[in-house]
Amino acid sequence: MTTLSLENADRRKAWGFVAPALVWTVAFFVVPFLFMAAMSLWSRQGREIVRAWNLDNYLRFFGENALLKGLSNSLEITLTVTVLSVLLAYPLAWIIAERVPKRFQRTALILAILPFWTSYVVRSYSWLLVLTKNGVINQALLGIGIISEPLEIASTRTATVIGFVHFFVMLLTLTIYANLVQLSPNYRRAAADLGANGLQTFWHVILPLTLPGIMTGAFLTFVLCIGDYITPQILGGNNELVLPQIIMLQIGRRADLPMASALSIVLMLAVTLAYALCARWLKIDRV
Amino acid sequence: MLRHRLSTLLAVIYAAALFGFIFLPVAVLVLFSFQDGRLPVPPFNGFSLQWYEAIFADRKLMAALLNSLIVATASSAVACLLGFMAAYGFARYKLPGSVLQRGLLIAPMTVSYLIIALGLLTVLNTLGIGLSLWTVGIGHVVINLPLCFAIIYSSMGDHHVNIERAARDLGASDWKVMLLVTAPMLMPSILASFFLSVTFSWDEFIIAFLLSRFNVTLPVEIWSLLRSGLNPKTNAIGSVVFLASIALLAILELTLFRKKNTP
Repeated sequence: MTTLSLENADRRKAWGFVAPALVWTVAFFVVPFLFMAAMSLWSRQGREIVRAWNLDNYLRFFGENALLKGLSNSLEITLTVTVLSVLLAYPLAWIIAERVPKRFQRTALILAILPFWTSYVVRSYSWLLVLTKNGVINQALLGIGIISEPLEIASTRTATVIGFVHFFVMLLTLTIYANLVQLSPNYRRAAADLGANGLQTFWHVILPLTLPGIMTGAFLTFVLCIGDYITPQILGGNNELVLPQIIMLQIGRRADLPMASALSIVLMLAVTLAYALCARWLKIDRV
Repeated sequence: MLRHRLSTLLAVIYAAALFGFIFLPVAVLVLFSFQDGRLPVPPFNGFSLQWYEAIFADRKLMAALLNSLIVATASSAVACLLGFMAAYGFARYKLPGSVLQRGLLIAPMTVSYLIIALGLLTVLNTLGIGLSLWTVGIGHVVINLPLCFAIIYSSMGDHHVNIERAARDLGASDWKVMLLVTAPMLMPSILASFFLSVTFSWDEFIIAFLLSRFNVTLPVEIWSLLRSGLNPKTNAIGSVVFLASIALLAILELTLFRKKNTP
């Protein structure tokens, strides 16, 4: 009997420790999320939000070309960015892990992610300075004489992709490096003993072993990239809108929270789909 | 030998090219913050500190800076405290359904900030609650709590249990054990999660933008500066923020994380 009451007291104490965090998460994350999901089934009429409970917003999304285009723009840009960032970051992480002397590796890594510490809004703005019509790139190219007319890079999809790739190359260099240095040198020795050359060792041993790390980084890139509003808004301008830009338009100019909610649910489904596709390589449960 | 030298050369070229790519925008940002002229683009007219004077004289910008500091430290402190208590509870007691509850605590990490902000906005809107720095802070705790919980929970090893037991045997109450024994032992990860939260909150835009009205944080104020187009003032405030972050990072690196790195 005593043990039982002790257990109960213990349990009550334990709840006391975990309850505040749980209550906060439920009150300010779960409930708002469910409320938003419910609101996506309502509609806006004039200034009023009508609790109509229908799928009109979703039907409108799949019926209206401009909205559907937002999703396809988002997916195309995000996939381009993810692939480019992985391809660019892997060799850099490899060079830092393999070719830079051990005691300088930390310094090299800190340097590689230093621009992380500029403010996010400012980072996109500084790419605008570089890419704009009379910016550094154009003036340099004009100066050397490679081009005779300034390139129109700012306010295009290319600018958005450059801005994103810059950010995610830093992020992925960090995660892939962490993965590479974890590998025991014994794998490489064993492969060499068995007669594999450098390329074979990389292709058959190192790459498969670092694949979970790459996929985790790629998934993170996908999630952060597809949900971002700042970079496409500052660098891509209003020519090719992505989903977050359209959502912000609904919130701001049109004051249509139900439609914004429906579009957010669509955005979330895209992320969930991406998760399902790379789940077999992800090791998120280990984090 | 030749092949090795060739691959080293390639590695140097590749690394130099990527480091160039990574540093190009920051270098341009900082350089043209000193521009003696109205446009932060080439040609560089000469060295001037006028834009730094301009930002420190800008009341709205300085107010936003202060707001950001307040929101970042307060929301991180709350996130850290809640995260630490939850980590302690889950690590030391066996609760029914704890896997599910831990999953719930981590869940906000997997959702876009935009969606978290919009969810809160719909509720606040419907309840008729006004937007303020408080609502921004609430949003920032939501995004930082999973982070703090995950970092602190993963550093709670079983080896700490015996020390806590000893403290309890000597008559310390639960709260005393947590505050005077467990917290000091976990201080490195608590501080790490605190400072990580501070940087996230400090730099966060979309929640701060959607959940604030008149009093805004620094990223939102910089955003409204951008509407006026390219402006060396934006370069100057951007450079100040960058240098301040680097300084903070250097201090942390030299003090807090020093011990961990020396093998």
